[in-house]
Amino acid sequence: MNQELQLLSDIKIAASEEEEFVTLSIESQLFAISVSKVQDVLRGQHRITHIPLAPTEIKGLINLRGRIVTCINTRECLGLPKQKNSDGMNIVVEYKNEFFSLEADTVGEVIIIPRNQIEKNPANLTGKWKEIAAGIYKMQDKLVVILDVKKLLKL
Amino acid sequence: MDDLISEFITETSESLQLLDSELVKFEQDPENEKILGNIFRLVHTIKGTCGFLGLPRLESIAHASENVLGRIRDKTMAVSPQAISFVLASLDCIKSIIEYLGVNGQEPKGDDAELIANLNIFAEGGGNNTKLQTQKESIDISFANESISKSELIAFAAPIVIAEQPNKDAITLKAKETAILEGLAIEPKEREDAQGGSAQNQSIRVNLDVLENLMQMVSELVLTRNQLLQMAKNQNNTLLQATLQHLSNITSELQEGIMKTRMQPIGNAWSKFPRLIRDLAHDLGKRIELHMIGGETELDRQLIEMIKDPLTHMVRNSADHGLEIPSERKSVGKHETGNVTLSAFHEGGHIIIEISDDGRGLNLAKIKQKMLTSGNITEVEIAALSDQQIMQFIFNPGFSTADKVTSVSGRGVGMDVVRTNIEKMGGMVELNSVEGKGSRFHIKIPLTLAIIQALIIESGGERFALPQINIQELVRIGKATQYIIEYIDNAMVLRLREKLLPIVSLAHILGIKADHTIDEKTIFIVVCDVGGYNFGLIVDRIFDTEEIVVKPTSELLKNISVYSGNTILGDGNVIMILDPGGLSRFAGEREIVGSNAIADLRQEILSKKLVNFLIFKAGKGARRAVPLELVSRIENIDMSNIEMSGEHAVIQYRDTLMRLYHIDNIPIHAENIIKKVIVFSYDNSTFGLIADEIIDIVSTFYDLQLTSTQKGFLGSMIIEGKATDILDVAYLLREINGISHAISNTKNDNKSTVLFVEDSPFFRSLTVPFLENAGYNVVAAANANDALQLLEKESSIDIIITDIEMPEMDGFSFAELCRSSLKTTHIPIVGFSATKNEESIKRARKAGFKDFILKTNRGDLLQSIAYLLKHKEAV
Repeated sequence: MNQELQLLSDIKIAASEEEEFVTLSIESQLFAISVSKVQDVLRGQHRITHIPLAPTEIKGLINLRGRIVTCINTRECLGLPKQKNSDGMNIVVEYKNEFFSLEADTVGEVIIIPRNQIEKNPANLTGKWKEIAAGIYKMQDKLVVILDVKKLLKL
Repeated sequence: MDDLISEFITETSESLQLLDSELVKFEQDPENEKILGNIFRLVHTIKGTCGFLGLPRLESIAHASENVLGRIRDKTMAVSPQAISFVLASLDCIKSIIEYLGVNGQEPKGDDAELIANLNIFAEGGGNNTKLQTQKESIDISFANESISKSELIAFAAPIVIAEQPNKDAITLKAKETAILEGLAIEPKEREDAQGGSAQNQSIRVNLDVLENLMQMVSELVLTRNQLLQMAKNQNNTLLQATLQHLSNITSELQEGIMKTRMQPIGNAWSKFPRLIRDLAHDLGKRIELHMIGGETELDRQLIEMIKDPLTHMVRNSADHGLEIPSERKSVGKHETGNVTLSAFHEGGHIIIEISDDGRGLNLAKIKQKMLTSGNITEVEIAALSDQQIMQFIFNPGFSTADKVTSVSGRGVGMDVVRTNIEKMGGMVELNSVEGKGSRFHIKIPLTLAIIQALIIESGGERFALPQINIQELVRIGKATQYIIEYIDNAMVLRLREKLLPIVSLAHILGIKADHTIDEKTIFIVVCDVGGYNFGLIVDRIFDTEEIVVKPTSELLKNISVYSGNTILGDGNVIMILDPGGLSRFAGEREIVGSNAIADLRQEILSKKLVNFLIFKAGKGARRAVPLELVSRIENIDMSNIEMSGEHAVIQYRDTLMRLYHIDNIPIHAENIIKKVIVFSYDNSTFGLIADEIIDIVSTFYDLQLTSTQKGFLGSMIIEGKATDILDVAYLLREINGISHAISNTKNDNKSTVLFVEDSPFFRSLTVPFLENAGYNVVAAANANDALQLLEKESSIDIIITDIEMPEMDGFSFAELCRSSLKTTHIPIVGFSATKNEESIKRARKAGFKDFILKTNRGDLLQSIAYLLKHKEAV
């Protein structure tokens, strides 16, 4: 049933001409995630439970109002260097009934992107970036990578 | 789908299930008009409702079977198995139509003419000489409404029945329902009263999703409550405290209430068994009686769903494999009717379900043969396994002793799946069987999956939850306790009540840094039990047990085998739940079931025939060896710490002084190097043997090529193609214990003489001085024949200690010979063996042994000797 709903909403989005995205920056690169997937934005430190033996991309688990959220080390996923002092922000997304929080340096505003203005990935994108980018949107002064959450989580 | 139809389906399904068991009961007790009346009414109701709802197929089938039942009721037809079979067939037909109806909202197309015709012919012919054929494919029938109240007494599959007032009435109802299940007679009038209007109105149907949601929300409410309580702890506001306390109480009650709605009697999972057994008996030509005890025992409905299939499989197995055919039963003097008994009861937070039969029991010979062909185990190993251990092998994948694959069972995909499913629920299953008497399955599962008891532990600064069901005991290790962790190579072991328990560090498994350093301070060991395999887990800290709500881990963490889920604790923190099954793989569990037994056994066999030798370099000679089992540990010792005590070198070791010894009398002096020291420890004395290099551990047969004249050596043998000197540890121990030896020698002037019969030179050389130390004269013999000769000429023997497994003549035969000779019959005999099981104890008793002691229990040996000598006159 849920999958059906998900499918329906996907179709709806595809059908509409524009879509709202939340922007976030990691290592001065702007990314965007569809608002429909975002559950919450977290500021500051949460008490995190580390999971021994888990892949390095997984930072641990936190309790978000009674739900267990898996924290994703986004920098690790993107092959970026560790940040010394990580009191950044987290953006919580829902995927297949599970909650994941993605680490970001800052979370920005919501922007509206017309579908037809999302360009395909440039051919010279490599490695992880090629996988997780679902297209590029050109803002006036910056390029925004549309994040493919599914690929980022490798699910 | 139409609301009316969906309600009809739920009710009819319940009635059908009830009808199944009622019919079986009726067949056994055809005179019971009350049951018949009941059945008739149920079928009639189905028919009526179908007509009302416009379901012609169902209606016509119900009508036809009602006709048959009507004839029986009017006594114009006798009850026969055939008649019952026809009605059952029509019920099956109804079931399948209902199923289709549930999915598609309408009756399937099809023709039931043949079934109906058969039923009609049967009804008209009064059941005489009518040749009828049931047609399996024909599907259907339907149902109706008035009789529901009764079926509602038994809560069923999808929707749950909630008792609005769990008062006395409800309890009586429950008792009655159980009685129905158990086939006890009940006054029908009373039953009807119970079913009357009031009962009908006391329960409502609630969608399962609603309940699940409620459960979720309550869990969260509890967590929030806990947080609130913690925050309010430091507040001084009494009003706030009081209000909070009230809130807390209500929350607890609410939680309990919601939990209760999930609980259902286990009888629900059993309801189809009477029919199943009846059909099986029919097909197999057996007479089977099914007894069900404790059907009212409640457990979580999710678990009821999960336990259904394994139970069905086991009940089927009992009826098919377990019970014999009537003629066979008669020939062995049993009643022709076999019994299958299901029982359930609560035991400390768990529910125990037992399935037993009084059939032929397991054929151990067949199982052994199967085990051999599976190739995992040798004949020698099997020979020493206890029957109990052998039985557990039927839980192995692909195991079936059935010669033929029948439609019922014997496909070899059974018991391992049963075990897997039960373990998935966090439960355990065990089998007991006596050949010729019957078998019993013993299942232990938690009451609910949603909430489990868990022990909270800490390792490397992280907390984890460990399910309580897998925890056997907690052991504290430290200076103040008797336990120490010992090493064999790098493997940690703990001697726990005469057993070697493999020890693993949780921090090590998880790849994190532990707070503790072994040996340094008190450490905690959690002894886990995973399906009979035991191991110890070192943890840093142990907190409390807590009830936790198990939540599945994220998809991303699914493939980490050491976790079974995660949860939120009362303090709001997330915690991982450890899976003892996953952890056990790190503790070296072998693939096969009963691996624990086999590991133990291997050791025992090795001690008897094969010997594990620790090979090392020391002194002048080339290679030296000692039996590994005599070695307590191997230490790195800084030679600069050596002190001299008289002419002996000693070192401080675990708060005591340990003598150091160097082979070939090489002088020991303090120097600034680290040396390997092999530590031997016996009967409270410890000494260390300095080695230059530890080479290897080799398992080989004890086969001395040259006996040595040099003191301190037993001789030389070839190990791995090289000459190796075997150390005489017993001599060294004697050397060091010289003083105490002398003292004990003078203790008793009038010493008793012990004849010690043992083929292994090792055990001889170890045990003789041990007995001498205890103040006995010891005469040793290397085999039974020597011993008999000794007994011939020596008349002062007071007691005989003998090994069991010896070449030529074993200990049993030897004992029998001794008992049969007039000269020796009065001498008490004690068995001293590496293995001890029921069979050997039985044989020992028969052979006339006074006692039977494990070689690992030397203390017991002394006690036994002392006792027997003291009571010799009486004996």
